[in-house]
Amino acid sequence: MIGLDPLFNNGVHLAEVVIVLIRVFVAFAVLMVAVMLMIWFERKVISDMQNRIGPNRAGPWGLLQSLADGIKLFFKEDLVPEKSDRFVFKLAPYLSTIPAFLIFAIVPVGGSVTIASHTFELQVADPPMGVLFLLAMSSVSVYGLMLAGWASGSKYPLVGSVRASAQMVSYEAAVSLSIAAVVLVSIVSGTHYSTLSTNGIIVSQAASVFKWNIFRTGVVPFVIFMIAITAELNRPPFDLVEAEQELVGGFHTEYSSIRFALFFLAEFMNTITMSAVAVTLFLGGPSGPGFHFLPWLWPILWFSGKTLVFLFCYVWVRAALPRLRYDQLMDLGWKWLIPISLGWLLVLGALVATPSIKDALLWSLAIVVGCGIVGLLLSRAFKVGKERARHVESLGEELVTPEIGRLDVDSLDLAGGRIMELPGFSGGPYRRGRSQGEEESSVLVKGPVGVGPLVGITASGVPASEIVEMREAENRVKKVRKKDEDKSGED
Amino acid sequence: MIGASFPDELTFFLAAIICVIGALGVVLTKHPVRAALSLVMTLFGVAVLFVEQQADFLAAVQVIVYAGAIVVLFLFVIMLLGVDKVEAMAKEPLIGQRIAALLVGLGVLALIGVSGWGHWYSGSMSVVGSTSLGSAGIRSLAEATFTTYLLPFEVTSILLIIVVMGAVVLVRRGGGGGPGAIDKASLSDEDLESEEAQ
Repeated sequence: MIGLDPLFNNGVHLAEVVIVLIRVFVAFAVLMVAVMLMIWFERKVISDMQNRIGPNRAGPWGLLQSLADGIKLFFKEDLVPEKSDRFVFKLAPYLSTIPAFLIFAIVPVGGSVTIASHTFELQVADPPMGVLFLLAMSSVSVYGLMLAGWASGSKYPLVGSVRASAQMVSYEAAVSLSIAAVVLVSIVSGTHYSTLSTNGIIVSQAASVFKWNIFRTGVVPFVIFMIAITAELNRPPFDLVEAEQELVGGFHTEYSSIRFALFFLAEFMNTITMSAVAVTLFLGGPSGPGFHFLPWLWPILWFSGKTLVFLFCYVWVRAALPRLRYDQLMDLGWKWLIPISLGWLLVLGALVATPSIKDALLWSLAIVVGCGIVGLLLSRAFKVGKERARHVESLGEELVTPEIGRLDVDSLDLAGGRIMELPGFSGGPYRRGRSQGEEESSVLVKGPVGVGPLVGITASGVPASEIVEMREAENRVKKVRKKDEDKSGED
Repeated sequence: MIGASFPDELTFFLAAIICVIGALGVVLTKHPVRAALSLVMTLFGVAVLFVEQQADFLAAVQVIVYAGAIVVLFLFVIMLLGVDKVEAMAKEPLIGQRIAALLVGLGVLALIGVSGWGHWYSGSMSVVGSTSLGSAGIRSLAEATFTTYLLPFEVTSILLIIVVMGAVVLVRRGGGGGPGAIDKASLSDEDLESEEAQ
């Protein structure tokens, strides 16, 4: 329970408790200030990339702009929608903020420090379960988004939150598998055991740059981790959760004042925390060349510098890449990231587990061949599935056309117990309870499709070619229907 | 409590109170979403109790699997099906379930009582022995799972795969497999009526 921190070697007394409390407080304060600076940084960098000036009024270079925004949000009226579930509505922002902070608690931000004969690590906690705690907290952070959308009692937030939870649950697996690769190679020196503790992972890659896990795991887990973590964070290009063109603001549409600010706080906190986690897992954390002058300072500087690179990359990606479509997002997660990371994990396992290099190569060759066969089988299965979809003479084809983003807002009836149709669910259009008088089937795409607020598939709206495709799909569906009707007439 | 220090006791009682409140919430709330949230609360309490027993791995897995995945799926289903309003509790879906629940509950309570006052109650922090050496507990668990009990472990995983595939097959049944299988569901009412007319 206590972990590996040298602080507790002599038991727990008042001094230790005070040190722990100070660490918690400092970590919290640092994270808050970092969030403030991160918001400013993101706005500044992105305005540079878009040839704008960005915030430049409050404080030098607009540094205090986020503070000003925060104060403004504090004094705004706090609205709670009439149809909302009041308790859950108020609870949700905290549920998304707290896990974000708790993850930061296990990140080592520097080396060990000795103050008044007390030696301790610069991290709030170092539990033996380490990275598992990280996974636990990142899976719990789904609740904030999910409940926020649901409790708002409104349609767009609900869609946003359902998207969010589906997305986060899907990418959770890829994150876990890439972290498992890291754990596999983080072997405690002198033993043949791996370690889960974040501090242990840092120590195992401290020797040189080539010991960093990014190289030891062979880059692939790192790339997968970065993609999956971006999706977990709901940051662009995976920000379908709050796609402004489609969902107004996503899960936080109904939120205002400080509750709204809490969601943003959580989002930026998560971005910083996850960058820090990526540095810890793959880039050696605070390790780097140090100097005799102020020896405790250099690890912190190295750590901050590495984290800053990641933060810049997030902003850069946001400026550079358009948003993915929902089906592309799910394809990327399930059909690419998870199989690749699983296969890579097997190969790494073979390399780590076998004592001689020859055996290791043999094993990994066998596993690569095995993965190849499985991949071929899978791709064959996909192909057969597509063929079948084409063969079945009905709406099957409509399902594979790119109008996944389509959504019939009228069918989203929260109160009436109807089943709603959501974008991107492989189940396709669900059957809804419809009143008898309605003639039009809302399964069909009518008129100038693709221009409704929910259909905007990419950031720039739907390309005309896709609209044409959708119309074709519609015609096909009509034909099929007609055939069916004719058939029934014959019978 | 032999061998339990004051912080241990404090943690235990706080976690136990959280567990009990959550469990009561699951049973007493008529609102499905709030009941699911109470369940999460109980799961967290149990996770803290696991940590208190120095079973870190179980605590983490408890939160990752149950709180992070299973209850999320509960909520997902509740939200998708739109049953997120107060349910009518007047009619019992299963006959005699209240009596059965009462009996089972009393039985479990009796078991807890027996194990609490029984002669094998040792007062030690964990039953198997101390695993206080940091990640040693996780290590011994891993060794047991992947050496001694490898076969049951693999069989369990096969069972889970079968369950998943069975679910997929059941969902897709009715139209010969493939994405076309859900066509019927996606047709409008008048189409279904015309089919029924046949």
